[in-house]
Amino acid sequence: MIINHPLLGPRDAAEFVYLGDAALIDRPDWQAEDAGEQFYQYLYLRDNPAGLHRELWYHEQGDRSWLVVTRNTLTHEITNVELARDVARAQGRSK
Amino acid sequence: MKYSALKIFTQALTGHKGWKPAWRDPEPKTSYDVIIVGGGGHGLATAHYLAKEFGITNVAVLEKGWIGGGNVGRNTTIIRSNYMLPGNEPFYEWSMKLWEGLEQDLNYNAMVSQRGIVNLCHNDAQYDAFARRGNAMRLAGVDAELLDADGVRQMAPFLDFENARFPIKGGLLQRRGGTARHDAVAWGYARGADSRGVDIIQNCEVTGFKIRDGVCSGVETTRGTIGAKKVAVCVAGSSGRVMAQAGMRLPVESHVLQAFVSEGLKPILPGVITFGAGHFYISQSDKGGLVFGGDIDGYNTYAQRGNLPVVEDVCESGMALMPMIGRARLLRMWGGVMDMSMDGSPFIDKTHIDGLFFNGGWCYGGFKATPASGWCYAHLLAKDEPHPVATQMRLDRFKHGAMIDERGAGAQPNLH
Repeated sequence: MIINHPLLGPRDAAEFVYLGDAALIDRPDWQAEDAGEQFYQYLYLRDNPAGLHRELWYHEQGDRSWLVVTRNTLTHEITNVELARDVARAQGRSK
Repeated sequence: MKYSALKIFTQALTGHKGWKPAWRDPEPKTSYDVIIVGGGGHGLATAHYLAKEFGITNVAVLEKGWIGGGNVGRNTTIIRSNYMLPGNEPFYEWSMKLWEGLEQDLNYNAMVSQRGIVNLCHNDAQYDAFARRGNAMRLAGVDAELLDADGVRQMAPFLDFENARFPIKGGLLQRRGGTARHDAVAWGYARGADSRGVDIIQNCEVTGFKIRDGVCSGVETTRGTIGAKKVAVCVAGSSGRVMAQAGMRLPVESHVLQAFVSEGLKPILPGVITFGAGHFYISQSDKGGLVFGGDIDGYNTYAQRGNLPVVEDVCESGMALMPMIGRARLLRMWGGVMDMSMDGSPFIDKTHIDGLFFNGGWCYGGFKATPASGWCYAHLLAKDEPHPVATQMRLDRFKHGAMIDERGAGAQPNLH
């Protein structure tokens, strides 16, 4: 697989480390009433879709940036690559 | 029809015209006591033991494609019970005991071969860890022998003992481990279940569950609606997809594992050998092919094929372990979809929906578990309580911190 890095261009997926579903960006509020339940779902449960999947890849052998890659889990086709930083900021995160 | 040597002899005299199909091809009935979703090894074993051990024969096994066409036909056929944790080891040993009597039970040649499995270690810390694992196994009544380098050398002199980075310091041997003929396991269980009245319905995909007020009363399929008192899902790599139809999210990610077979060679491997410095395991089939594999690719996928970097990684591990493998030509390689759980251990449990049961999360270790998984799932379905060796394989264990994490890698499925 080739990941088209937003800053570096097309890079071999072997340069990256895979973390998992991009929903892992949305860490629950630890002070919420139901924080235990929220963290259980956040940490252990997955949508695991067959089809388009937004996922986190870390460019360990490159510029050490985190990316949100949209990839089809049935075909391995990658249709979108964003910097995870931009995704998190667009959701209102400070960094 | 009971198979025997006499039967083969008499059939040979009559041109082998008297053999009958090993199972029927029935139309689905309108309802069953139990519907098993998924006609793989575990589903068929569940059906067999439900009928044979628990007397429940009004059962259907629904299979999307053909039986045994998924992971039971794609694995590397290793059977073993060399686990460490109390939540796992009694279960896998129960499975090993069932393997040992499987062929007599099924009247079917599953080619169970207890040729031994040795896990190699390459440094002192790993040797200590294997001593600990071996002790845990023996405390559970399982055979385990700790070998030093000379002990391994006697078994497999061709290994690269003096490898500069990964010298072989010893190994943990389970002599009762070995291999079995994977397809025959599926076929034997199918024949056993069918002969007791279980309907095996192929080309029948489940497209939804009939759930009302928290009670599951059947399934929607491509061949119509089928009612059931109990629905037992057992679909391995497709677990996430199927359970999503019941509105459930699972502690599971689907990943691909690749496997490899070389051209046929004369017998060289005494049993199953695993490399301890990387992830690589190898055995030799009775046809002579070297059967080997390594790590999963590491990203979510439902495609039954992997990518080349992992092929390279597996072959490098093979070369580090036994350099002569470099002379063997690769004949075939393929991938299977693994239901990787959050702690590397499986689930055999009820769900929060009445009448809906789940068996999955076998990661890439489901084949060896086939007999015990079937038996324990049948026990749960028949008696509504878990089998004593499977009490910890609960779906909600992460909520309570009761993980069964053999590897100690945490909630990161691609590291298990």
